[in-house]
Amino acid sequence: MSGARLEIIERNCKGCSICVEFCPKNVLEMDVFLVTAPRPEDCIKCMQCELLCPDFAIKVHDE
Amino acid sequence: MAYDYEKSIRPGKLPHIWCPGCGHGIVMKGLIRAMDTCGLDRKNTAIVSGIGCASRLPGYLDACTLHTAHGRAAAFATGVKMAKPEMTVICCGGDGDGTAIGGNHFIHACRRNIDMTYVLMNNFIYGMTGGQFSPCTPTGAKASTTPYGNPDPIFDISKLAIGSGATFVARTTAAHPREIDRLIVQGIQHKGMAVIEVLDDCPTTYGRRNKFRSVVDMMKHLKANAVPIKAAAKMTAEQLEGKFLTGVLFQDTEKPEYCEMYAEVIKKAQGA
Repeated sequence: MSGARLEIIERNCKGCSICVEFCPKNVLEMDVFLVTAPRPEDCIKCMQCELLCPDFAIKVHDE
Repeated sequence: MAYDYEKSIRPGKLPHIWCPGCGHGIVMKGLIRAMDTCGLDRKNTAIVSGIGCASRLPGYLDACTLHTAHGRAAAFATGVKMAKPEMTVICCGGDGDGTAIGGNHFIHACRRNIDMTYVLMNNFIYGMTGGQFSPCTPTGAKASTTPYGNPDPIFDISKLAIGSGATFVARTTAAHPREIDRLIVQGIQHKGMAVIEVLDDCPTTYGRRNKFRSVVDMMKHLKANAVPIKAAAKMTAEQLEGKFLTGVLFQDTEKPEYCEMYAEVIKKAQGA
């Protein structure tokens, strides 16, 4: 258990799917035009999703 | 863990206007992190831009910002720096704004070596006006005004900046977010003209006309073709075909800075 909490700010997400593709552990998934995090327990906190999100829509918190 | 970007953004400004997947948002995050790392005082930091997608960036940031005429960011920034040399001046702009319409201002700011940091977001196209080709559109690439492929050779912005006299020139891509803030920090700390060229993706007007099926294809293209300058030294010219060098391409700490030289002129004129 890594203990990461993924906060997705739905208002900001435009559904570009960069975070989904660049996540090395396949934590994220697209729900049509919105990103979801169905597997947060796999997160290794590499921060790629947060760094590469152009829309300030995803944040990785320590639990 | 999670970075607090919101404290540097004007309230109510998000979501921003950029298209889904546009790399300008990644550059904005990098700039915010770099400004925090340098500990810049918002009241003493001027962020200047011209017109274009990339030039919308200062409007979101909580600092002294200036949105000026098309291509004139470097000229206005020079004015700000001359009037208030104690201010940190950062310019933002795109490739069309910086090297076509404002090409003259850009090369002369480089020539003077005035102490500012120019973050030039090169997305290979004029995005806001509808995808016309810019001086940085690769030869053969399609744009709305070059439907049969662009016949023009490109401007290499970093080489242009080095040739014009800028004393810190670096290049990175939107797919390397950690490198963006590292280079901007070095640029801000450098005394003299610093040009940081960030290769960016424009999925809406460039990508869809040039066989990039998605935003992710463009990001992967940027990531796959970036070669760090140290690795490039061991590669042949053939291997470097179509690649772009990243990292600090040029740095000169000897050349005098413009505001300091101008202060000498003021002293002389006052008979000191």
